[in-house]
Amino acid sequence: MSVVVKEEFDVVIGLETHVQMTTKTKCFCSCKVEFGAEPNTNVCPVCLALPGSLPVLNKKALEYAIKAALALNCKVHELSIFARKNYFYPDLPKGYQISQYDKPLATDGYIDIKVDGKTQRVRIHRLHMEEDAGKTIHEGKKSYVDLNRAGTPLMEIVTEPDITSAVGARLYLEKLRNIMRYIEVSDADMEKGQLRCDVNISLKPKGSEKLGTKVEIKNLNSFRFVQKAIEYEIERQAKLLKKGEEIAQETRLFDPSSGKTYTMRTKEEAHDYRYFPDPDLLPVRITVKQIEEIKKSLPELPDEKEKRYVEQYGLTEYDAGVLVADKDLALFFEETVRLYEKNPKAIANWIINELLGRLNDKGLDITQSPVKPEHIVELVKLIDKKVISGKIAKEVFNEVFETQKSPKQIVEEKGLKQITNPEEIRGIIEEIIKNNPKEVEKYKAGNTKLIGFFVGQVMKATKGKANPQLVNKLLQEILNG
Amino acid sequence: MNLHELSIVELSNLIKNCEIKPSEVVESFVSRAKTHDKHIKAYVTDLSESAIEEAKKLDERISDLDTVPDLFGIPLAIKDNISTKGIKTTCSSKILENYVPPFDATVIEKLKQEGYIITGKTNLDEFAMGSSTENSAFFTTKNPWDLERVPGGSSGGSAAAVAAGFVPAALGSDTGGSIRQPAAFCGIVGLKPTYGRVSRYGLVAFASSLDQIGPMTRYVEDAALLMNVISGYDRRDSTSVPEDVPDFLSEIKKDVKGLKVGLPKEFFIEGLDSKVKEIVIDAIKLLKKEGIIVEEISLPHTKYAIEAYYIIAPSEASSNLARYDGVRYGYRAAEYTDLEDMYSKTRDEGFGAEVKRRIMLGTYSLSSGYYDAYYLKAQKVRTLIYKDYMEAFKNVDVILTPTTPDVSFKIGEKTQDPIQMYLSDIFTVSVNLATVPAISIPCGFKDGLPVGLQIVGKPFDESTILRLAYRYQQITDYHKKFPSLP
Repeated sequence: MSVVVKEEFDVVIGLETHVQMTTKTKCFCSCKVEFGAEPNTNVCPVCLALPGSLPVLNKKALEYAIKAALALNCKVHELSIFARKNYFYPDLPKGYQISQYDKPLATDGYIDIKVDGKTQRVRIHRLHMEEDAGKTIHEGKKSYVDLNRAGTPLMEIVTEPDITSAVGARLYLEKLRNIMRYIEVSDADMEKGQLRCDVNISLKPKGSEKLGTKVEIKNLNSFRFVQKAIEYEIERQAKLLKKGEEIAQETRLFDPSSGKTYTMRTKEEAHDYRYFPDPDLLPVRITVKQIEEIKKSLPELPDEKEKRYVEQYGLTEYDAGVLVADKDLALFFEETVRLYEKNPKAIANWIINELLGRLNDKGLDITQSPVKPEHIVELVKLIDKKVISGKIAKEVFNEVFETQKSPKQIVEEKGLKQITNPEEIRGIIEEIIKNNPKEVEKYKAGNTKLIGFFVGQVMKATKGKANPQLVNKLLQEILNG
Repeated sequence: MNLHELSIVELSNLIKNCEIKPSEVVESFVSRAKTHDKHIKAYVTDLSESAIEEAKKLDERISDLDTVPDLFGIPLAIKDNISTKGIKTTCSSKILENYVPPFDATVIEKLKQEGYIITGKTNLDEFAMGSSTENSAFFTTKNPWDLERVPGGSSGGSAAAVAAGFVPAALGSDTGGSIRQPAAFCGIVGLKPTYGRVSRYGLVAFASSLDQIGPMTRYVEDAALLMNVISGYDRRDSTSVPEDVPDFLSEIKKDVKGLKVGLPKEFFIEGLDSKVKEIVIDAIKLLKKEGIIVEEISLPHTKYAIEAYYIIAPSEASSNLARYDGVRYGYRAAEYTDLEDMYSKTRDEGFGAEVKRRIMLGTYSLSSGYYDAYYLKAQKVRTLIYKDYMEAFKNVDVILTPTTPDVSFKIGEKTQDPIQMYLSDIFTVSVNLATVPAISIPCGFKDGLPVGLQIVGKPFDESTILRLAYRYQQITDYHKKFPSLP
């Protein structure tokens, strides 16, 4: 967002996210949920909407949605109602979508995100369950309908208009995805359409109470596109407002190739969905006990983990934040710490500063890492026991990454063991002093900074294997003595 | 012995005792349809031939069976809005004229397990919307008692088939009276079970919160027998209720002495034909002799029932019928310019006038801005009607009313006036709104046309209404009369 926009306008963003649940079967029938199956093979009378078929709620989907609602700090309602959202579309077999309307499963939650180091709370207005539609594929003049996806369970998660920037929107979505993965209700992969996002955005003069006209942006299938679309839209609306023009209330589509948004439909064309309670499904009743039980079954969530890492392991908030941002990474860290409890900070450092960078370069994720928790444990132990120095350790780490050999083996094979014998080091120091009389003279004349030069020389001579603390101590002794 | 005059219970015993063969039973009924259905037109799909084939197979199989199920070799007709695997299920609509379902309704599965034989799919008002079968896209079924008159509807085909002796019983469906009204018009027994008693899975939905499948028979004991077969919780229908199913056949034989019967004053009013009223009062007098105790009761919100019904049912229908869009199955317009055009032409050409009228009514009632004033208000009225019944049932065991304000009307008499047509359901719709069970049984004739007595029961207490109905048939023989067929 340009500085000008920032100074003149407040940006108000709300997100509507659809999250596909990873249940084995569909929301209202027992057809398999499967990505990439032959078109129209995972279908039955219910999801084809054959006359006389009836929906039956998948209990697992309900459980997943409750889990998600609790993980998002929502209030789960003891009574919620499925409603029909009526509209015609070829990939909507019944001519209505089973959704929830005025009695959603859950309301009033929140997600905390960190924008520029500051915690910002994004309130969640509601979370409800609904079924997915099928897919329409257009090829030239022909259109094809694939109903494999029809009836897949979804959660719609709607925020309050609490987001104030494109980055905030991205961070919210990343956190949402992260939480969904933690509680294992969705893979929440945007590229696969498991997490879909519509953006509502408006601008108002800085400090104004009155909200501006809202524009909805659809067709955003990556975190990057969400951010780009919002950035573009903020500039577009700001330009219009500054020219004194009005913003049209409309739905716009994002075009990834141009990075721009385009009008899809205006308010006048908006649907009347004629929602009413679905008479084929009973009201959903959940007891407080059930809610409590599901709450108890929730795993430790990212915010709790982060807090614990700081308190229990003494990590910085930043490091803890990096580790918990990916459930698999957090598990990797925890497994490593479990194997060697004495130095969690060093373990975190190795994972964050070395391993993640290397993985990134290779395009791997943590589950594909050639370096395993045992490797890191061995490496940190070698350092802690002063068998190798930190500098050598980096060399060893790189070798582990390439070969998957154990750090010990690498140290053995390459003779990288630290020199910790003071006599050996003393001999080397004396040799260096003899060969560098000028520097010794300058040092003794008061240029103590030159100590670094001597350390460097010793390291060079020992190929970095000399114990740095010992080298320092002996150099001081000899030069000052 | 005229087999077609016997009850299923009697026929079943004869088959079980190997005194007659299934094929003899089936042929005795089917041969009547062969002769007379060209005049009655009860069947949309006549399966006489395959029924006889099937029966012959059962002739062979019976000796292999240790226990012969209750409907073994019993011919039954099925209303054509109940899904039958491999057999066209048209709902008497052009839009489903050639639709062959790949699955059986739960009730059909249950009948099959009992060894029934299907004789055909019967005519109805398109998508069960109507009271005369005149709304069938194919043809109007004739009342066997007077071919110039309607058999009632929407289960008119099933009612006519039973009345004419084409089958001993049939299945119908009842949303606002669609079993009871044609049963009354045709002089047979028709039971609408409690909502949730019988699975709706496979019943093509008209108004989901009101629809129930039920038996249409000549004898009350056969209705009890069929209820034994088709009742029960079905996990495929979330609105079916896991309530114990009693053995209705033994329940009906219990005494009726001391039963407390309510006569709602709102049902014996102006608009009720005086002769019909007299016949119904006579029937009640007769039952008094059997020891029932009669008192007047009030169901004060009855007067709003038709209005509430004609908002709720069309609202649900407008959504239920959205699936007939020409995309996946059923009729699709031959020519169209784009998707929108395909939708509107398909639905314009595929649906009849009454169906379209109700889709429009329902769409309007659910529209934003109107929802509260119509749909929501109607639901509130529905709750009041339910409460009326529950209040009444604190003091009485059953409620007796005429089934219809008058006997069958002439074909064409009411087609130009939908309101008059809707009013023929005035005594039946409130029962659907209240979800309670009700049965109509023949209780006399007015000018040679049957009159029906309606017995309404408490939720899930089909036993008591069947018991009283059974008692009534023990002391009368209206149900044993057959119309003389051309």
